[in-house]
Amino acid sequence: MATKAKRPPEPVAVAPPLYEGTRIPAPIPSYLQVSPKRREEANILEVNFGPNHPSTHGVLRLVVDLEGEEIAGMRAVVGYLHTGFEKNMEHKSWWKAITYPGRMDYLSTQQNELAFVLAIEKLLGIEIPPKATWMRMALSELNRLHSHLVWLATFGLELGVMSMYFYCFRERETLLDLFEMVTGARVHGRYFQAGGLAEDIPPGFFIDARKFCEWMPKAIDEYEHLVNGNKIWLKRTKGIGVLSADDAIRLGLSGPVVRASGLNWDLRKRQPYLAYDEVDFDVPVYTNGDVFDRYRVRLEEMREATRIVSQCLDRLEGMEGEPWTSDDRKVVLPPREELHTSMESLIHHFKLVTEGYRVPEGEVYVTIESPRGEFGCYLVSDGGARPWRVKFRAPSFAATAAAPTLCQGGLIADLIAIAASLDTLMGEVDR
Amino acid sequence: MSFDRVPGLIETREGFGETTVVVSSGELLAAALYLRDELGFNFLSDIAAADYLGWGGDVAGAWGSATGRDLNAPSSWGSSRLPAPKPTRFSLSYHLLALRDDPARLRLQIWISDGDPVPSVIEIWPAADWFEREAFDLMGISFDGHPNLVRILLPDDWEGHPLRKDYPLGGEPVRFSEES
Repeated sequence: MATKAKRPPEPVAVAPPLYEGTRIPAPIPSYLQVSPKRREEANILEVNFGPNHPSTHGVLRLVVDLEGEEIAGMRAVVGYLHTGFEKNMEHKSWWKAITYPGRMDYLSTQQNELAFVLAIEKLLGIEIPPKATWMRMALSELNRLHSHLVWLATFGLELGVMSMYFYCFRERETLLDLFEMVTGARVHGRYFQAGGLAEDIPPGFFIDARKFCEWMPKAIDEYEHLVNGNKIWLKRTKGIGVLSADDAIRLGLSGPVVRASGLNWDLRKRQPYLAYDEVDFDVPVYTNGDVFDRYRVRLEEMREATRIVSQCLDRLEGMEGEPWTSDDRKVVLPPREELHTSMESLIHHFKLVTEGYRVPEGEVYVTIESPRGEFGCYLVSDGGARPWRVKFRAPSFAATAAAPTLCQGGLIADLIAIAASLDTLMGEVDR
Repeated sequence: MSFDRVPGLIETREGFGETTVVVSSGELLAAALYLRDELGFNFLSDIAAADYLGWGGDVAGAWGSATGRDLNAPSSWGSSRLPAPKPTRFSLSYHLLALRDDPARLRLQIWISDGDPVPSVIEIWPAADWFEREAFDLMGISFDGHPNLVRILLPDDWEGHPLRKDYPLGGEPVRFSEES
């Protein structure tokens, strides 16, 4: 195992502040209000943007007060996709509840599963075999690629670069084939379980994943060539929706959005989980805090994600025949063939399937770096076979609340670009 | 990092590698200000409310009531060991992060009963705006000083707070089904 010399941590803030003070609306941070005086004097038009507008990435309603083309007031109305996941999960055994988090964020399903599973494992105090850790990392990064690809595709669509959509969905298709090969499903795999993985890695995975990793950097170059010299693209993204690092922190933003505002902040580097401290990758940071930099950060992140996947494949290929899940029979199902010969295994199987495993009493909060930022999972267990309380911190939730701060004073056309650049996903906001 | 000087400190707990600082709800604002300004917890990651009604009963999760269909008639297994009792019905956990070169995480926790008002931390961390609205909407906790405390995920005319343990699963009538 090649060990890498640990570099000293780089400073979090890499640039001077973009603007002095704060631009967060007062008194309600998520509600940009038109002053009564302005409402009286100017010709203010209230426009309902959504809930079914193509560029709202789900079902989001933005109530915008317009003075001409300028945004004078704005608030976001959410909840259209509320399905009560957290309540439902309280009524399912721990291992059945793993199905739920993936449904919240349907673009990076396995990242959400990962947060929930890591939280369960933290409570259980269970050891995970290295093969599972590295496969989880590989799939997490493939999910990041998937999420960013869909983001870039729809972002392009919204700004009028329709061909971007076709280019991105070409690679997305390959990714979905990879997910299907591993998990049996294209989107909702439920491949991570407390203890490790649900099944061993299929043999064909490495060949296809390698091919993908070889191709992906070229594809990213193609996306860049498509728009980076395009004057319309640059005009619609550069200097639009500027957000300072301080405001981003105050508003609870994270992920690519803060990295575009000049913060060198990535949980994979700062508070590593899985084996992120053993792989070599860079954190792209840009300092202009505008839509264009958010686009550049995500594009660079796709390159880095490909690098991480390649390194995970290197490790995984040397792990053939190793266990993919813990052998703790109180948590993990025994292998099928043992059920015919071992009474003990049959009992364990029966108990796990009917009641599920019990998780020690306690509360934990686990955070991971999802494609959209800091994704958190708060778990309370009373020592029983079902979660007492599950609460997710969705990065999109904070980002949607922050949209009015970014949009104030902008034009209605910028609103599309800004809302898209925050990469909010309503399934995750409404849960 | 020492939390001895946090205003209103009740106890400091360590568990699963995480630190929990419990303060009295009256001193929440002072404690939050101290943690932000003196100890550098500048990032509010989440506000998580939890309802402990029925905690220590036989069954985790389901509590059900006479109204609405109870899809989860309590199962028969009991806990081998009862969990430690909780001080009051609700807990509010503020998950904080010191976003700086040497990062740290902290859970700031308060315990309240049904109907107790909680001071809003919106002035200290603007991110609390929607998190508090969510806790109000789903758990029925009211925040003093929040300028816009209205429901966020559920319709404005919704009755009850679904994440409370006495709110049954399946309580909502299903349209176009034979029962409604």
